[in-house]
Amino acid sequence: MTVKHADLAEKFIADEPRTDWHDETLWFVRAKRDKAAHGLPEWEQLREWGSQIKNRTLSNLSNYLIEFEKNALANGIKVHWASDAKEHNEIVHEIIKKHKIQKIVKSKSMLTEECHLNEYLQHHGIEVVDTDLGERIVQFRKEPPSHIVLPAIHLKKEDVSATFHEHLQTEKGNNDPQYLTEAARQHLRNKFVESDLAITGVNFAIAETGGFVVCTNEGNADMGAHTAAVHIACMGFEKLIPKAEHLSVFLRLLARSATGQPITTYSSHFHKPRPNQEMHVVIVDNGRSKQLGREDFRNSLKCIRCAACFNTCPVYRRSGGHSYHTAVAGPIGSILNPNLDMKANADLPFASTLCGSCSNVCPVKINIHEQLWKWRQVIVSEGYVATGKKAGMKGASFLFSNPKMYRLIGKVGRWSMRAFPLMINNKANPWFKQREMPEAPKESFRDWYLKNKKNKS
Amino acid sequence: MSARENILNAIARNQPELIDVPVIDQNAVIRYEDKYVQFKTVLESIGGKAELISDLAVLKQQLIADKQSGNFVVNAIAELGDIDNQIAKLPAFELEKIEKAYIKGTVGVAENGAVWVFESQMINRLVPFICQHLILVIEKKDIVDTMHQAYEKLDVSKEGFGVFIAGPSKTADIEQSLVIGAHGARSAKIYVIE
Repeated sequence: MTVKHADLAEKFIADEPRTDWHDETLWFVRAKRDKAAHGLPEWEQLREWGSQIKNRTLSNLSNYLIEFEKNALANGIKVHWASDAKEHNEIVHEIIKKHKIQKIVKSKSMLTEECHLNEYLQHHGIEVVDTDLGERIVQFRKEPPSHIVLPAIHLKKEDVSATFHEHLQTEKGNNDPQYLTEAARQHLRNKFVESDLAITGVNFAIAETGGFVVCTNEGNADMGAHTAAVHIACMGFEKLIPKAEHLSVFLRLLARSATGQPITTYSSHFHKPRPNQEMHVVIVDNGRSKQLGREDFRNSLKCIRCAACFNTCPVYRRSGGHSYHTAVAGPIGSILNPNLDMKANADLPFASTLCGSCSNVCPVKINIHEQLWKWRQVIVSEGYVATGKKAGMKGASFLFSNPKMYRLIGKVGRWSMRAFPLMINNKANPWFKQREMPEAPKESFRDWYLKNKKNKS
Repeated sequence: MSARENILNAIARNQPELIDVPVIDQNAVIRYEDKYVQFKTVLESIGGKAELISDLAVLKQQLIADKQSGNFVVNAIAELGDIDNQIAKLPAFELEKIEKAYIKGTVGVAENGAVWVFESQMINRLVPFICQHLILVIEKKDIVDTMHQAYEKLDVSKEGFGVFIAGPSKTADIEQSLVIGAHGARSAKIYVIE
């Protein structure tokens, strides 16, 4: 493991006002989600339906995928299957090569981030323009998105202004979001009009009809897909749902959970290519079938990528998306990524307070905090935990299972904290970092209880 | 074995025991006293506008005036006048000049201000997105309470493309400040015929 959440978070929180701003901004989004959810008396029922439809889908996934493929082919869509990120990237590259295409636009797709498609294509001399405003900003800055719905949420408008001044020649120091968005609109409209191939993600794929739905607020997926001669939609296989009528449940849940909007501006239903257009769907596994076989973790595949768990998470809000060093950050990322690479992502399930807020806001009722706790156990038993933490846990386990020893150490500890505070309050103690140590009481609760119980009786 | 077979076999091996699909009981779902009022309120909260009109006469006049202004205005509603069928084959760089488009919608949704538009209603798939200003027309009787009734009314796979549009294009990607007019239409006005 080269980078760890705690180390990256330390860098993020070094700028205290910015950390506070990040925390408050995301909490504001969470509050908007609450308002939208409370506007529907049936909200909890809706979550239950969302959860049950996804459970059903996972229990019959192989059949639904076959049904989807059959119907998509009948609609004139070409269907591809990729076992992993490499195969996915090769399939996309093959289509691009076949058409000798140079100009490509891409709307937001977390799957292509997961597969590092942009880097792969760039390596082969093909430039991809990300068209979601937030993604374009971070692409200019050569950074990954820090949030799956709000890719540039780690940046202030001054940062965006400087980036646009450099790349789009906007006025230096003009930080007006309206002005900056207009500049991006003009810049990207040119890109759309010129492009020959559009890549989009998929929010939902419908087995019954062989079509798929893409949701955006900006309209960038549509601008790209309806202009280009070739449209490639990339999806993880868990995006499937059984029937079109089930979209009602998910479209009601998605935007309300994500940003507090009643629905995204555009919910586009693609079923057939337009005349003379080629439409491709790439269905990707990349570890998902393995996750499906892990009983404790399989229902992480129900995720609809709304990011409600990010916005509510006290750790995410105060550590920023980049500290998770993966395409999907936040609590859901911390239960998905150990499946992809347990060693590299062994730190992530520990980047949580296990407070459970993520599970409470999840629109499809994934037990995120329980899975974080379960991953910790798997990671420790597989030996992917730092020696210091392992020794500490072993020591604590010994102490807590020996009451006499526990009482003795407690007594010594309380006494030494009072007599030699510097022994505890020093840099060698990680608990002292950015924390005040509590004042040590003279007696333990047990001593107090025994004394008082005797007095009473 | 191909990737397809590998994936499908791995899924079949690992998926849990089959469980039932839930029944969506529409009696458990919110209903609005006045669907139009709800539609208008929500639409205006997300940057769109709604206006109740008694018939298409007003719009006919407006379309004529718009066309005379010299701007590139597209009509896709037969009841309003000649349909601009020539845009079906226009390339994107030409469509990019569309100032305003008049399009008929199929269904309006009270809970979220969205309007469903089929491909056949927009002449060219790009039009409702690439135009600067979007005019949608729906019938009041076609406003339903929620998405559940909308999907009940619609066969979304009837045509190659269809979309729910809720207000103008927008973004809040710069410091969460809401800006109307990201890539798509800068304004969206929905006329509702009584």
